[in-house]
Parts: sequence; C-alpha cells; structure tokens
Amino acid sequence: MDSATSEAAAEQASQPASAARTPLGATADNGLKIVVVGGFGVGKTTLVRSVSEIRPLNTEETMTRAGEHIDDISEVRGKKATTVAFDFGRITLDARNVLYLFGAPGQERFWFLWDRLFSGTLGAVVLVDTRRIDDSWYAIDRLEHHGTPFIVACNDFGGPTYAPSQIRDALDLDPQVPLLDCDARSRASGKQVLITLVEHVKKTYANQAPVRDQDTYAPHAPVSEQELTR
Amino acid sequence: MSRPGRDDSPDRLYTLTGGRAHATPDSPFDLVTLVVAECDPTTGMQSEHAAILRLTQQPTAVVELAAELKLPVSITKILLGDLLAAGRVSARHPRRAAVPDPDVLEQVLVGLRNL
Repeated sequence: MDSATSEAAAEQASQPASAARTPLGATADNGLKIVVVGGFGVGKTTLVRSVSEIRPLNTEETMTRAGEHIDDISEVRGKKATTVAFDFGRITLDARNVLYLFGAPGQERFWFLWDRLFSGTLGAVVLVDTRRIDDSWYAIDRLEHHGTPFIVACNDFGGPTYAPSQIRDALDLDPQVPLLDCDARSRASGKQVLITLVEHVKKTYANQAPVRDQDTYAPHAPVSEQELTR
Repeated sequence: MSRPGRDDSPDRLYTLTGGRAHATPDSPFDLVTLVVAECDPTTGMQSEHAAILRLTQQPTAVVELAAELKLPVSITKILLGDLLAAGRVSARHPRRAAVPDPDVLEQVLVGLRNL
C-alpha cells in the first residue's frame, strides 16, 4: 500500500527511536507547515531529507468511516478505517518559528485527511516526474479545490526535458502558478523550491482582501497566554 | 502491508486510550502544536504519558511525538489531551490566521535564505 512512504519508515525501524533526536530550542513557539505532494517514487522524501535538520520521520493518521467503501481498507471493529502514512522533516527558521515539511502521497484517500492534517498549511509543492505527468493531475485539482497556494517542481530524473510551456499545457496549469525544475537530492535546489513557494504564497495573499474568512479560528491574532496554556 | 517496527494492533491502541478511538473534533492539537512538559514523569504513570513527558522536556511537535511513540497521530492527541487537562504539559499552538501574517511569511523567507 503506502510504499511511497516506506523509505523513512524502514529507516526509522532500523534505528532506536531516539537515536538522533535533535531537540528544538526552548523558545520555539510557532509551528508552520509545508506539504510536498506527489506520486510514488517522485522524490518527496528525498526533497524533505535534503533540507531537513532531522532525519525524516514517518507517522500515520487513521480515520474511521462507517460503511463507506474505500480501497485498501482494514476492518477495525466493524468499521472501515483509512490510514495515511507520511514522512516529515523539520527546519528551525529562527528562535520562535519552526517549519515542518510533510511528504504526502497524492492518492485519493489521502485527501480525506487533508483538513485534519494539513489545514492551516502555508502552501504545497507538487513534485512532478515529467515521465509520469498524469500522476499529478489529481493533486493539483484537489489543491485548487482546497484553495491552498501551490507551486509545481519537476524533479530531474535525467529523462527528456520539456519546455515549461509543454509542462504547463500537460498539467493545465494556471499561468500564475510558479513552475520550476529541481534536483530533490540537492539542498540548494530544495531550498530554492521552498523559497519559490513562500514567495508565491506571499504574493497570493498580498493580492487578496486582508480577511477572507471571519469564521476562521483567531484571524490575525497571535496566540494569547490563555491559548498557550489551554 | 505491515510497516516495519510499527505496532498496528488495534487492541493495543484501544487499551492505551481507555477505548477512545479518536481525539474529539475540537481537540486543540494541531500536527505542529509544540508541546512542553510541565512536570517530570512519576512512578505508576501510564508508560506512554511518561514517555511524552520525557520527550517534551524541550518543545516537541505533536507529529514528532507520534513518530517517536510509533502511534497514530489521533491516538497521540488523545494522550496529550489527558496530560494537558491534568496540567502536566502546556501547548504552544500555531499562530493560525485566515490569511498568513505577512510578517511571519517574511520571517520564513529570511530563515529559508539563511539555510
């Protein structure tokens, strides 16, 4: 099933859990999320590893849904459970901000858990293998649906190169969505991917009205003392 | 497929949480909420609670705790909810907003450029 994420899981299993723990500084107080979405073997974990300060870790989330048919289910007490495994890494940005990078499979059942796991994410990187470009359509469609800012990064597998316009056409990509080539193994390249995304996020929100959704939890408000200790 | 190193016995998870399968929908914990221990583990404490208190002597994200404990995120959130209610941990929730704070975005860019 989730062989796309087994790489970090296998690594993790081969070492004691706390072998390489690198604690955060005591003042860290704001976790941020960026999600890397892509098909099997496209290099999500490789990209996470190239920029992460910790060895990528693997975990999973399970959602039980009564009576619905999903592929690849396990029966738990008569209910159907869907499980999504994902890898993640971490970048300490400064004394307070910590960025978590999640490598997540793009297949259908993953999106059931998007809101639970990745609501409030800054944005997403759709990692594309140009030899299997069709794998990315669904993820792009879902991100548009969720209103999550995203960019498309083509991981270089040494295959035939395409002009950006060809890739844009193949993905039916909006002109304002940034598209770039990358080498997921390279820290400098991974860093550039993340910078491109955050610049795009900044631009996206700068062009919008200041408050889109007043129902959202604590718009603009920093976390109060009360929230911190709740 | 059984994931290596992962205990996927539902019974074990069921027992850990006293039968609760999922964190309540209003669980305050996000994947990246940073959790900090407010006390030391005590003898007789549930071993997972003790493990969390050891892991959170420095701020540690919910998702890292889940990975270290080899437990699903939802189960980890239930355990954290118990500890939070008992005042044994505190939680630093992400500063979420409908639109990301431009200052925070700038801080992210500065941090990334310094990588």
